[in-house]
Amino acid sequence: MQAARDAGQLVILLDEILEVEFSFRDTTVPAAAIAAMEPRLQDYVITWIKRVASTNIELAYQYACHVERALGLMDVETVESWALSAMDAYDREGLRPARQIILGLDEFVRLTREQADGCLLSNQQGILLGFLNGLAGRRLRIQESTQAYTDSETLFLPSLLARLATPERNFQLYKVTIAMLWAQTRFGTLRTLLEAGFLDAEDSGRRLALFHSLDTLRLEAIIARELPGLHRELVTIKQDLGEDRLPAPWDALRWSVSAEGCTAWDVVERVRSLSNDTEPLPVFAHQGILDLPAVAACVAARVSREKTLFKVRMEQLKDELGVQEHWSRDREPRLTKRLHEASELPEGAGVDILIDGKPLPLPDDMQDLVSSILMDLGDIPDEYLEPAGPGDYDPKFFQDSSSETEDVWSGVYHEKGALLYQEWDFRRQHYRKNWCAAREQSVEPVDNGFVVRTLEKYQGLVKQLRKTFEALRDENRRLKRQPQGDDVDLDALVEALADTRDGREMSERLFTRQHRTERNIAVMFMVDMSGSTKGWINDAERESLVLLCEALETLGDRYAIFGFSSITRKRCEIYHIKRFEEAYTDDVKGRISGIQPKDYTRMGFAIRHLSRMLSELDARTRILITLSDGKPDDYDEYRGSYGIEDTRRALIEARREGIHPYCITIDQQARDYLPHLYGPAAYTVIDEVRLLPLKVSDIYRRLTT
Amino acid sequence: MHPDIPQLDNYLVKAEPFYQAIGDEITIFEASYQKGLPVLLKGPTGCGKTRFMEYMAWRLRRPLITVSCHDDLTASDLVGRYLVKGGETTWIDGPLAQAVRGGGICYLDEVVEARKDTMVVIHPLADDRRVLPIEKLGTLIQADEGFGLAVSYNPGYQSVLKDLKQSTRQRFVALEFGYPSPELETAIVIKESGLEPAIAELLVRFAGMTRNLKGSGLEEGASTRLLVHAAKLIVSGVAPVSACRSAIAQALTDDAEMLASINELSSSLF
Ligand SMILES: Nc1ncnc2c1ncn2[C@@H]1O[C@H](COP(=O)(O)OP(=O)(O)O)[C@@H](O)[C@H]1O
Ligand SMILES: [Mg+2]
Repeated sequence: MQAARDAGQLVILLDEILEVEFSFRDTTVPAAAIAAMEPRLQDYVITWIKRVASTNIELAYQYACHVERALGLMDVETVESWALSAMDAYDREGLRPARQIILGLDEFVRLTREQADGCLLSNQQGILLGFLNGLAGRRLRIQESTQAYTDSETLFLPSLLARLATPERNFQLYKVTIAMLWAQTRFGTLRTLLEAGFLDAEDSGRRLALFHSLDTLRLEAIIARELPGLHRELVTIKQDLGEDRLPAPWDALRWSVSAEGCTAWDVVERVRSLSNDTEPLPVFAHQGILDLPAVAACVAARVSREKTLFKVRMEQLKDELGVQEHWSRDREPRLTKRLHEASELPEGAGVDILIDGKPLPLPDDMQDLVSSILMDLGDIPDEYLEPAGPGDYDPKFFQDSSSETEDVWSGVYHEKGALLYQEWDFRRQHYRKNWCAAREQSVEPVDNGFVVRTLEKYQGLVKQLRKTFEALRDENRRLKRQPQGDDVDLDALVEALADTRDGREMSERLFTRQHRTERNIAVMFMVDMSGSTKGWINDAERESLVLLCEALETLGDRYAIFGFSSITRKRCEIYHIKRFEEAYTDDVKGRISGIQPKDYTRMGFAIRHLSRMLSELDARTRILITLSDGKPDDYDEYRGSYGIEDTRRALIEARREGIHPYCITIDQQARDYLPHLYGPAAYTVIDEVRLLPLKVSDIYRRLTT
Repeated sequence: MHPDIPQLDNYLVKAEPFYQAIGDEITIFEASYQKGLPVLLKGPTGCGKTRFMEYMAWRLRRPLITVSCHDDLTASDLVGRYLVKGGETTWIDGPLAQAVRGGGICYLDEVVEARKDTMVVIHPLADDRRVLPIEKLGTLIQADEGFGLAVSYNPGYQSVLKDLKQSTRQRFVALEFGYPSPELETAIVIKESGLEPAIAELLVRFAGMTRNLKGSGLEEGASTRLLVHAAKLIVSGVAPVSACRSAIAQALTDDAEMLASINELSSSLF
């Protein structure tokens, strides 16, 4: 090992790296600091100074001046990410912000501590959303924002919570905040506020703050009753943050709103009677803010949207029922409503819709709609039950409201023959309707001897495949000479009769029986034709398909092969190679030979398109196998979490259709995201491209036996 | 009863099963049975259909023959088949034929799981002919007066294959089974497991939470059966949150994120 360099040597070295000749930087101070380090650490630091210098000399100088202190404050890994984030900032925004990061060492330390101890919304959003959806009531979304509040449809939450000591505790703080905002939508806070006209009062700001303080105490009491486990977490959080002790008048006030049955209106009354010198409580960590204008806008839009939806869906229901019950067309059935007790609802009552006096069973979506209307209005207003007139059908309520949708379709592409598919936007927690335009076209067959060459190349394997798959097929045969079964085995019977005539004992094995594993399988192969497959991945894919076809032809399972590729959502292409009903003809072979790499890898639409095809088949088992070389990814925003989450959605939809999705990939990173998409057991990562053709048929065999 | 048919006595339900009525299902079933009409029990798994059948069989004092349908179940499995013993071929009645001859109630559980051709044999039994053709014998058996037919079916499956054909469906009187109201479900859980009421109530509330997740991550919420399982674990000393995880969450999903969400829900209650 090298001996430690002394300060003098270091000054020379640093001067060289930092081009001091031209810049007059003083390197004596950093050199002295580095001289005090062990030789190994010296090497390390010098390497990094050189690295930073390759980006920018001034940045490297600042790094050299601060690195000793940085090493005292953070572990080596974090020091590296400090340097890296400065270099990133330089690439993105130039020297000033980059230098800021090096000089702002303390701020960086604070932020990384927060991140290490804090909880990032983006890491936990899936779990938190599941938690939120489990709490009853209207479907709510979660979205990142600077402050916590709700507009009654979306819960806005800060992207990082770090007020408590550990990530776990901060996760709890998210949960409690979510429960609080949920309770505001569920237990009348927002509705009451809109009706109480607080905004018009002179001292509206103070009144609102008082209301918020007192109502938070009311909701905490409700949470104690409804979610006792969560309430325990809430109590410890408040203790940790010193929020558990209330100033004088508030202890008594808390009791006044904690009784079961206390409503937001009671809170309004209390606030009105408070003396003028009562101060609002400091805002609790889990409390968030009230954004009344946001609520008002959101509720107004929803009320009118849901009124239309309700009326239109009611008409549809009447129509469906009319067909069933053979109503005459000239008589309109009458809709009425009836309150019924429902202790599980906060209103204490639900509403039944009656049609000509008989209860009308509502489908799930309508029940959700009714409860959403009840949450806003407390009732189904009579006019909702009147027959819908022409003015009620405002088509804009039935479309995706985002304005982006329209301009996209101004091109020519969408005009003829494109199928539109929805896509899942995980940030919005919402489908974007008619988002992808998909078209089907055929791969141009080529006759270049590829299939023959492949069969020769894998001669031995082909023979073996045929044997294995023949054996598989024969398992489906009728079993003969069974002791019991569906039919008489004539051969056996004739023999047995002959035996008895000759005085021998008659066999009891006289029946045939269909073997239990009757194969009724249809499999769809979805082949990645993105640009990244260029070269031997494409060769391996085509070879795999040739071998697979040999195997499946032997086996007799129904199969289809389609390729897919895309370049933005406006150009999603499905390439026909072989349909289910199509025989394995020379044309099919020609198309396999003709598969060429195209553009990007948008997976959702392809899964949706091919699952639809697959689910139209009558087969007992339906499998969708994807052959791929990488993550979902497209030229537009379809990358990272967006692409992954949409693909995951599409797979969930497929599974719901009774399809078994499976993925075979050569992407070595796939273990990071495939379990999330396909589940722990429904994928294989192949380590070497050249093994793909050898493995695919084998995987298929394992999958279907 | 026919003299030379096997006795169905061991299919009689001896003790009264506990069944908590939800609506007027008992009256409707009784009326259908008296009039010889077959009954279709619709509803998700674990909401009391099997228990209801046991209770009705006890109430009507008829033997109950239950067949759990699966995709290998053939018509012969229901009707019967020849066996050869010591050089003699003998005919053995299947469960359906036994019930038809002996005046039992035959309950085909999860009927859509059976192969499509299997369904055809129940059609002539399910209309006013009330006969069972036995192809292999070339005979028709007229159903005994006491014979009753009931099938169950879960409309929650989205698969096109698992749908009940109209021609089958229209022969039955349909009874819909859903989740009981919270009060009744709590009563069922208490009665089945001996769990203390306060915890049973929370458990039922937890079930409601998982049912809210149907369609956004779960295919189906927790059934009454799963609640009873969890309750039994709690009674034998397992902590409620763990009981919910093992007996309910794990049964509903394999998705790690969903499991985490469900765990957060149960720990926010207990
Ligand atoms: N109405 C009910 N009365 C009594 N027990 C019930 C009732 N509903 C459900 N259970 C409980 O749930 C369990 C599962 O019900 P089961 O009848 O097997 O469901 P299914 O046949 O609908 O799948 C029963 O063993 C019983 O403990
Ligand atoms: Mg059952």
